[in-house]
Amino acid sequence: MLKKRIIPCLDIKNGRTVKGVNFVDIRDAGDAVELAKRYVIEGADELVFLDITATVEKRKTLIELVKRIAKEINIPFTVGGGIDTLEDAQAIIRAGADKVSVNSSAVKNPRLITEIANEFGNQCVVLAIDTKFENNEWMVYVHGGRTPTMLRTVAWAKEGEQHGAGEILLTSMNNDGTKNGFALDITGAVADAVNIPVIASGGAGIAEHFADVFLQTKASAALAASIFHFGEIPIPQLKAYLKSQNISIR
Amino acid sequence: MIAIIKYNAGNIASVKNAVERLGYECAITDNPDELRSAEKVIFPGVGEAGTAMKYLTEHGLDTLFKSLTQPVLGICLGLQLMCRHSEEGNTDCLGIFDTDVKRFPPKDIVPHTGWNNLSDVRTPLFDGFENDDTVYFVHSYYAEISPQTIAKCGYILPFGAAMQKDNFYATQFHPEKSAAVGERILKNFLELKI
Repeated sequence: MLKKRIIPCLDIKNGRTVKGVNFVDIRDAGDAVELAKRYVIEGADELVFLDITATVEKRKTLIELVKRIAKEINIPFTVGGGIDTLEDAQAIIRAGADKVSVNSSAVKNPRLITEIANEFGNQCVVLAIDTKFENNEWMVYVHGGRTPTMLRTVAWAKEGEQHGAGEILLTSMNNDGTKNGFALDITGAVADAVNIPVIASGGAGIAEHFADVFLQTKASAALAASIFHFGEIPIPQLKAYLKSQNISIR
Repeated sequence: MIAIIKYNAGNIASVKNAVERLGYECAITDNPDELRSAEKVIFPGVGEAGTAMKYLTEHGLDTLFKSLTQPVLGICLGLQLMCRHSEEGNTDCLGIFDTDVKRFPPKDIVPHTGWNNLSDVRTPLFDGFENDDTVYFVHSYYAEISPQTIAKCGYILPFGAAMQKDNFYATQFHPEKSAAVGERILKNFLELKI
């Protein structure tokens, strides 16, 4: 039976992980490769690396890092953050990433999704959507959640699927950082509206939140960052708990 | 030396990385002599069947491929191209396996993405495979079950997760992305005696 996926997200700045980690057996908590290897051993099903570097030097550093990750990691991984053109996506995939995620650039130019999908296949393109509930509507935000758009979230997800996205990574800005649980309503609505996998993101605080999103929505995967980085929910315990709730878990 | 067939398919580097992690020397090549003399040949593939077959035919790699006598391992699209025919782009394929490739009916999420169990696994490729082991899939097309199926998977319907005929092996899943379980399957292949 197909398993629900647990995906740690690593924020990368200047080639290093941003958030501190307290794993005792990691010498360099800022080394993305060491942290990623640790997650693989713990049973992560996939990894997402989000580059938040804001300098022109970023691309070269990122490509070098992607090459190192690809050499060491034996599970699928996605790289996102500032992929604005087909050339950006080509460089990252050729360096060894399995998928790229696009966000603001896809809103600006939806054909980017199609261009990447045509060259590498739909499964290589993850459409990341940052969404915020306001005035009784879930709306799409871009530029790291700083800029509102006129796009409604469910409609944009469906449009992204039609353009060739192979997966949707849906982050609720209302829930992100709250540790109060995933946004079940919009995650459920998007997962019902598309026929591609949806990754729920934003709001995970305890193991029960993961069970909620898997039992109450059709989400295929759940992503979290800080609770894994700081060891608040060790992945093996999380997975054991989800199995005890009869959720299909690797 | 382990040869990985170079053609217009994506993410071949990850297969090379996986083989090298197991301590084998490995080259990505479309040189006929190198391919014929390699100890093992790996035929990876992410992409579209029609485009890939066209490239193989134009470069004479189809005929070369069928004439290989050492152990060969197709991965993902590689498995599909080793079948008779694929619905993807209505493509005539290499015809090593006596089965056809169809698109999943849209009864559930397509592509089939993620970790799944296998059943009815056969040796030697699956030596050491445990009942609850899982491997990583990502595909929208599947090979129908046939006598050459050496592992089955169920998603929407039962399909061939791995195939074998003589020296030709293939997996629909990605052993290079399937953590320790995939590493063992790849190792089993690399250790095959002719």
